[in-house]
Amino acid sequence: MNERIEIRLGGSGGQGLILAGIILAEAAILDGKNAVQSQSYGPEARGGASRSEVIISNTSIDYPKVSKPDVFLALTEEAMNKYKNDLKENGLLIIDASMEKPKDSYKILSVPILKTAQEKIGKVIVANIVALGTLIQVTEVVSKESIEKAVLDRVPQGTEELNKMALYKGFELGKSK
Amino acid sequence: MLSRKIMLMQGNEACVEGALAAGMRFFAGYPITPSTEIAEIAAERLPKVGGKFIQMEDELASMGAVVGASLAGLKAMTATSGPGFSLKQENIGFACLTEVPCVVVNVQRGGPSTGLPTLPAQGDVMQTRWGTHGDHPIIVISPSSVREVYDMTIRAFNLSEKYRVPCILLMDEVVAHMRERVELPDKSSIDIINRKKVASTLSDYKPYMDYDSDGIPPMANFGDGIPFHVTGLIHDISGFPSTNPKVTEDLINRLMNKINNNIGDIIEYEKLYMEDAETVIVTFGCTARSVLSAIRVLRQEGLKIGMLRLKTIWPFAHIAIKELMQSSVNTLIVAEMNYGQLLETVKASAEGAFRIYGLNKYNGELITPQEVIDKVREVAEYA
Amino acid sequence: MRKELEKYFRKDKLPHIWCPGCGHGIITGAVIRAIDNLKLEQNKICIVSGIGCSSRAPGYLNFNTLHTTHGRALAFATGIKMANPELKIIVLTGDGDCSAIGGNHFIHAARRNIDITTVVFNNSIYGMTSGQYSPMTPKGAFATTAPYGNIDRNFDLCKLAQAAGATYVARGTVYHVPQLIKLMEKALKHKGFSLIDVVDICPTYFGRRNKMGSPVVMMEKIREMSITARTAAKLPPEELSEKIVIGEFYEEQAPEYTEEYAKVMKKAQGGKLNE
Repeated sequence: MNERIEIRLGGSGGQGLILAGIILAEAAILDGKNAVQSQSYGPEARGGASRSEVIISNTSIDYPKVSKPDVFLALTEEAMNKYKNDLKENGLLIIDASMEKPKDSYKILSVPILKTAQEKIGKVIVANIVALGTLIQVTEVVSKESIEKAVLDRVPQGTEELNKMALYKGFELGKSK
Repeated sequence: MLSRKIMLMQGNEACVEGALAAGMRFFAGYPITPSTEIAEIAAERLPKVGGKFIQMEDELASMGAVVGASLAGLKAMTATSGPGFSLKQENIGFACLTEVPCVVVNVQRGGPSTGLPTLPAQGDVMQTRWGTHGDHPIIVISPSSVREVYDMTIRAFNLSEKYRVPCILLMDEVVAHMRERVELPDKSSIDIINRKKVASTLSDYKPYMDYDSDGIPPMANFGDGIPFHVTGLIHDISGFPSTNPKVTEDLINRLMNKINNNIGDIIEYEKLYMEDAETVIVTFGCTARSVLSAIRVLRQEGLKIGMLRLKTIWPFAHIAIKELMQSSVNTLIVAEMNYGQLLETVKASAEGAFRIYGLNKYNGELITPQEVIDKVREVAEYA
Repeated sequence: MRKELEKYFRKDKLPHIWCPGCGHGIITGAVIRAIDNLKLEQNKICIVSGIGCSSRAPGYLNFNTLHTTHGRALAFATGIKMANPELKIIVLTGDGDCSAIGGNHFIHAARRNIDITTVVFNNSIYGMTSGQYSPMTPKGAFATTAPYGNIDRNFDLCKLAQAAGATYVARGTVYHVPQLIKLMEKALKHKGFSLIDVVDICPTYFGRRNKMGSPVVMMEKIREMSITARTAAKLPPEELSEKIVIGEFYEEQAPEYTEEYAKVMKKAQGGKLNE
């Protein structure tokens, strides 16, 4: 793995991507690495384009913002179009299968994240955790043990099994690609 | 949760944790981005430790309530941003003159006016020094990381209690909202300073008498059994109003000197990569992180670049600039997310000793490491 | 002054700065007599004021006293009361201090029903800055900033307080002193936010500019205009326009703010807050 890996999660406000970023950063810390998570958002509490960014590194993280993401996972077209332009050359763009693939040269992975959350688990609200599972299966930025622990520590009591299922479905989606 | 010691923590959260470790038992605030999390977390945490939280009707009231609670003996804090900090100035001045310890957190956002509520800036440097009217003492410290937010919040309480002066924790949106890996110190390793109390044997207490000849009068609390008067008017040692020129001058001198005579204790700064540095970047807060990234790159290229990071913003670290005069340094770049507020102070302090340039950004975005690198190269061409 | 009242004053700070004929001394005296009658513990009283002539009163009184910024007395007082609920908090304020620059703090302190007694020295004018109109200056009256007559409509502070949530509301005057002392005793005994709006006189600025005559004449005018709340209740509104309605307007037992916060602390410490 590179010394510093930059990950961006983009979607619509309320999709839980800020929480997903926090969980990812916590998993990295459980792996014994350094992590910084930050976010930017518009005035809307729900809707609009929001993004959550995570930097994972084996050494200290000075500049705390993502400048050229290695990976960008987008759940809405609005977020994808707004935040994809500075993706690193050879970077990976993961998008939901419901979205139209952009005509860009980088690696694009189209995965039915929202559909899986809605139909296989029955709760679109866990799409953020499905997304995390897919991202981790594909990129291996953190260990599966750590992400599972981090997810279970952060999600509301009583929803652990649901979120665990979402995470595993995410892994599966990643494997199929 | 991750293990208790090592965790992912947000800057605003670290501020509350530090405040609680320092002994904060009162918080009054008003919602404002990007400082609101501090109030939210304080609302949850304070009553658990027997402390009090109140959301006041406005920023002026929350500053007033903080001063009132401190006079009644509790360590008190408020937090705000942008326009809220402007509104608090009146009662910050009251606390300066009446020497009531309190901590004011200012999470800077883009200004002026409503400005850029969710975006970072460092444009309140001068306001933290001279935001309230009249000559007054103040201490301002500024953290660059989440762990430092924790440490500096404790330090803000300690300085405030020790010198009986409001201490402003000057944060920025980046440090406040980012989450990073922190390892918190063991509580037993933290030094806590409490305000000097009035000796119980003392009769005829004069609340502003310099009993110990250190410029810092001991403090009684309302309700302790020693009735005393506090006024925002210029007052004599008994605490009562006076317009006597000598009394006025003595009071202002004591207020300023209690800070100026202790700069060795109050001023902190960090120097990195300085041993052979010819160009030094002077910076603070979140910008220091970009500067450090850039310096690591430039050093690999063999450029002799160092960093002076101000941890105490006010009183200004003239001593650090004077130290640079005794070294190989010939060029300073002052990097800050404003139009050049610290730059002017550095220029005045340097008295022409260096070539000095500003790296300024005020568009709501951080100064990037690349911009620092570009500036260093540009400046090298002028030489 | 009665000998037994001397302990309540900082005698070395007297004489006070108020003008001859000013009613502020009468109100201050009434506050002290109410405290004495109730035998309240001197060290457990904290008197807080803002800015203005009336706000100089705490300086003369031998208690924990705090002279704050303009309009902010109730904000500071709220902090003190929260920090130490054992203290009895009395706010002494003027009509401008309380209802203009401090208006927001006033309605919110009333809304919270925090245990603070607020006494308004209501002389319908800004005295310290020499006679500008306040939100309590009657329509048509003259002031230095209303040289053609005041066009602002004035507040009824008692109605405002009651609407905002105050749980004891009364009005007295500097003419009806025994009644004023009784009202203050009730306010001080009341748990929650209490307001005493005291109709006061400013002969120097309000009286002279409005050609009201000597302080004695101004006092007599108060007597003539005053009717009790009970009598007023029977009169049609149009007959009340020139009257000063005095007495108790409202009294209610309601949860007090610092007691409610004590419950929050208990709940939080029981670990129930997050569930």
